[in-house]
Amino acid sequence: MLQGWVVVLASFLYLGVLFGIAWYADRRADQGRSLIANPVVYALSLGVYCTTWTFYGSVGRAAANGIGFLPIYLGPTLLFALAGFILYRMIRVAKANRITSIADFVASRYGKSQLLGGLVTVIAVVGVIPYIALQLKAVSNSFTILSNYPEIVMPAAAGAVPLFQDSALYVAMILAAFTILFGTRHLDATERHEGMVAAIAVESIVKLVAFLAVGAFVVWGLHGGVADIFARAAEVPEVARRLTRADTSASYGSWGTLVFLSLFAALLLPRQFQIAVVENVDVKHLNRAVWMFPLYLFLINLFVLPVALAGLLHFPAGTVDADTFVLTLPMAHQQEGLALFVFIGGLSAATGMVIVETIALSTMVCNDLVMPLLLRLRWLGLAEKADLSGLLLEIRRWAIAIILGLGYLYFRVAGEAYALVSIGLISFAAVAQFAPVVIGGLFWKGGTRDGALAGLAAGFVLWAYTLLLPSFAKSGWLPEGFIAHGLFGIELLRPQHLFGLSGLDEITHCLVWSLLANLGAYIGVSLLRVPNAREARQASLFVGGTDLAGHTAWGGSAGVADLLPLAARFLGRERAEEAFLRHARSRGLKSVDELPGDARLANFAENLLAGAIGSASARAMVASVVSEEPLGLDEVMNILDEASQVRAYSRELEQKSQELTRATADLRQANERLRELDRMKDDFISTVTHELRTPLTSIRAFSEMLHEDPKTDLEQRTKFLGIIVSETVRLSRLINQILDMAKLESGRAEWTVSAIDVDEVIREAADSLTALYAEKRVALDLDGLHPGLTVMADRDRLMQVMVNLLSNALKFVPTDTGRVKVGAEGTASEVRVSVTDNGPGIHAADHEVIFDKFRQGSGGTDVLTDKPQGTGLGLPISRQIIEYFNGRLWVESAPGAGACFLFTLPRQASDNDAKQTQGGSQ
Amino acid sequence: MIRTRLVAQRLAFLFLLGCFFFNYPLLSIFNQGGSLFGMPPLYAWLMGSWLFLIALLALVIERKHG
Amino acid sequence: MTHRVLIVDDEPNIVISLEYLLKKEGFAVHVATDGEAALAMAAELRPDLVLLDVMMPKKSGFEVCEALRANPDLPALKIIMLTAKGRDTEITKGLALGANAYVTKPFSTKDLVAQIKTLLA
Repeated sequence: MLQGWVVVLASFLYLGVLFGIAWYADRRADQGRSLIANPVVYALSLGVYCTTWTFYGSVGRAAANGIGFLPIYLGPTLLFALAGFILYRMIRVAKANRITSIADFVASRYGKSQLLGGLVTVIAVVGVIPYIALQLKAVSNSFTILSNYPEIVMPAAAGAVPLFQDSALYVAMILAAFTILFGTRHLDATERHEGMVAAIAVESIVKLVAFLAVGAFVVWGLHGGVADIFARAAEVPEVARRLTRADTSASYGSWGTLVFLSLFAALLLPRQFQIAVVENVDVKHLNRAVWMFPLYLFLINLFVLPVALAGLLHFPAGTVDADTFVLTLPMAHQQEGLALFVFIGGLSAATGMVIVETIALSTMVCNDLVMPLLLRLRWLGLAEKADLSGLLLEIRRWAIAIILGLGYLYFRVAGEAYALVSIGLISFAAVAQFAPVVIGGLFWKGGTRDGALAGLAAGFVLWAYTLLLPSFAKSGWLPEGFIAHGLFGIELLRPQHLFGLSGLDEITHCLVWSLLANLGAYIGVSLLRVPNAREARQASLFVGGTDLAGHTAWGGSAGVADLLPLAARFLGRERAEEAFLRHARSRGLKSVDELPGDARLANFAENLLAGAIGSASARAMVASVVSEEPLGLDEVMNILDEASQVRAYSRELEQKSQELTRATADLRQANERLRELDRMKDDFISTVTHELRTPLTSIRAFSEMLHEDPKTDLEQRTKFLGIIVSETVRLSRLINQILDMAKLESGRAEWTVSAIDVDEVIREAADSLTALYAEKRVALDLDGLHPGLTVMADRDRLMQVMVNLLSNALKFVPTDTGRVKVGAEGTASEVRVSVTDNGPGIHAADHEVIFDKFRQGSGGTDVLTDKPQGTGLGLPISRQIIEYFNGRLWVESAPGAGACFLFTLPRQASDNDAKQTQGGSQ
Repeated sequence: MIRTRLVAQRLAFLFLLGCFFFNYPLLSIFNQGGSLFGMPPLYAWLMGSWLFLIALLALVIERKHG
Repeated sequence: MTHRVLIVDDEPNIVISLEYLLKKEGFAVHVATDGEAALAMAAELRPDLVLLDVMMPKKSGFEVCEALRANPDLPALKIIMLTAKGRDTEITKGLALGANAYVTKPFSTKDLVAQIKTLLA
């Protein structure tokens, strides 16, 4: 009943179900209800690591050399133990930089080099093709064997079957079509394929269950348990050989090599990078995978050795290929259902690998190889095209078809020479060439594009020479002598004993040479020069802070109350608040206050700060408010080191900018002052001009009129001449006062200081004004004077002040009823003189204005017009004089209540001292 | 969770432990005839220590922080 | 026909000289000593020409000029501004506000009379 068509139908049914799952998951993703946003799905999808190599090949490997199949699964276990240091970092870096493939990752790390991306792509494609061939071989063999049921017939050698009767060709075509349907239905900027991941997770379950079913059947169905198989194996010397390993250093060496080779492969194979890094929905899912994925590997390997031993015990030596024991053991015991299930399990393993691998490769081929080339060809005019998505999809479809075609070609060429596992190891060794540039790129800032190119190229060439070319030679496509006698017959260049190195298996031999050259070239060439700005920037993005935990999330907690002020310190309050609000909105919260004090907030704050002060300092700052475990000593030292450099630098900058700010402010102030002075000078000159021109106008007008008309009558003539005289006097006084003012202000005035009796000076000043007071019939009251008050001053200047104050008062009091009262009194330290009038008073606002030059405030005449009696310079000059003798001159007044001008002068200690004369002190 | 430095360091320690478990010279001790729990000693050791390591990984990462 | 001229200045001696000068030239002369009085008298007397000092108490000559130009009852009024401040900006400002001429103090009596006659011709 297991005719070919049944197997084909079952296969298509299964693929159809997978496709349905993928379609459903894609739809859910579009609706925002992701099926794969789940740590278990993530862990299961990582099971894509287990291909037909595992499903069929492990048993074959175990049948050949016992436990030797196992290192391939121990390596990934160790990788996931290092997840916190490597994978976690890669995922975060990839997400932060929107990285879509391993080629993208390497290119981006070394300054976004297209050349590097292209080289990685070429290596990945060439390196992985044997691996794809392996899947084709496994599926086509298992199909051939199963469709011959109940007979157990080994398939003919790959190259021997005519092309169109070769089931492997049809398998390749079907897989290509299936992959194109899966992976290139639409374009996604993030290169994420939710449907594919869901299908892969399901396939992981199917192949695991299938294998466990076979294992259980063999162990308990055919034998009495595991111990029974081992016991029986131990009895057959030929089989017992597989229970131990050769106890040689080469054996342990190649074991160790495989452990680390598989560690890198689980990280660097394009499909592993795709699933683990690119398709990762949430970096937290990694936590579950750390133990769940190794557990998956453990389970799928649980029965490998027992099944292999059972196969060896069951089938006569050499009749059945050990790679097919998983299938042939159930067939030999007429377990049709189980056999079909096993075939489906193997199909799962193959399709999962092929789909993810070719999708990842096609993305790389398209993004890192073909598009950069096409965009360079100007005549295609692609750079100007708005929508290239159709072209991109087309390129990817072709890439998938070509990659599978190449896989098939390799299968035809070299497929027969090796067991499944050996083919796979060739690919493992190829992708291991990425290890130095990827791991080094995560931890070492000094790597450059040139170093990466040199390392990859050297490693790739040596890999091809020591592993890939010999695989062609063994299949007869290159002369056998190439292996035995080296290139051109040069013994030193024997590909599997390069430079005479022997005693190693071919994989270890290849890795020793290729990784040595790779690492040497990568580091050596990188050290030829300092990374340029672009490389350095990318390096700091990838390497991050000096501390290894710099990219891990925060375990402690700190609230908005702590983090917002912290951010505000570096970014300014407004910017910080804006950023926090945006963060809150992105989490569906209305305001900043609703933000929970969780690790996500701390992370956000750290990232925010990192932009301003560097990631290491940002972490140190956030650490200062987030309650977490104390940092290690090393880490603190590192942070302090970098932070102190940064701080010193920023302090310096801050200082400089403060100085600059200060200097700018000073300059601005000086400029302001200069402008103010300029304006004042301008105003002053304009005012002086006005004051001088006004009397001059009258003088000229009257002079001209008298000059023009000599017949003016006498009365008019006398009047006009009187005006001319008085205006001339006014003009002279004004000029004198201006000169006086200028002298006082410039400090060139001459002072004759002596002890002066204030009473005497006041009376003298009053005497000189008696006539004017009498003319206006204003009473001058000198009753408030006390004799015997002595000050040190210039007598003439003091007189000038008194005359100014008295004539000023006279000017503003009303005729007839005007009254001016002078008082003088002494305290212990000073003499105080007051001149009080009953004039209109002065507004409080004008109390200082009147001491400005050319300003008169009282009587509402707040403009500069001058009455014959005043020049507007009297009060300013008086104030200058009083202040020169350390006194004060001010006014006390309210509108309607008269004005009282007061001045004080320091009192001479002994009023009766002999006169001291200090002539011309200034 | 890998979210703290301490957990990352514990995991790294398990990495070193695994390197020790899965390599020479420890392997050579078990690389001999006879049987351990009904299995060849090398097989029993590798599968046993592997499972043990996985259990430790799960313990370290899933344990809630105190 | 006698032209009416309004003199607006707060400087008594200048007012005396202008008054004498213009009366002798045959104008009907009126005097205001501050801006507000000037506006009131202009509205009442409807002079043909105003001699307007810029620096005055209460309202500056510029404000008076602006107000006079805003009065629709005085469409043909000529305005000569007088100032002791001879800065270009002030001349420009005065002309922009609608003054017909701008005379700087001290002025030549002959020129002033000639200018007045030209404007009233």
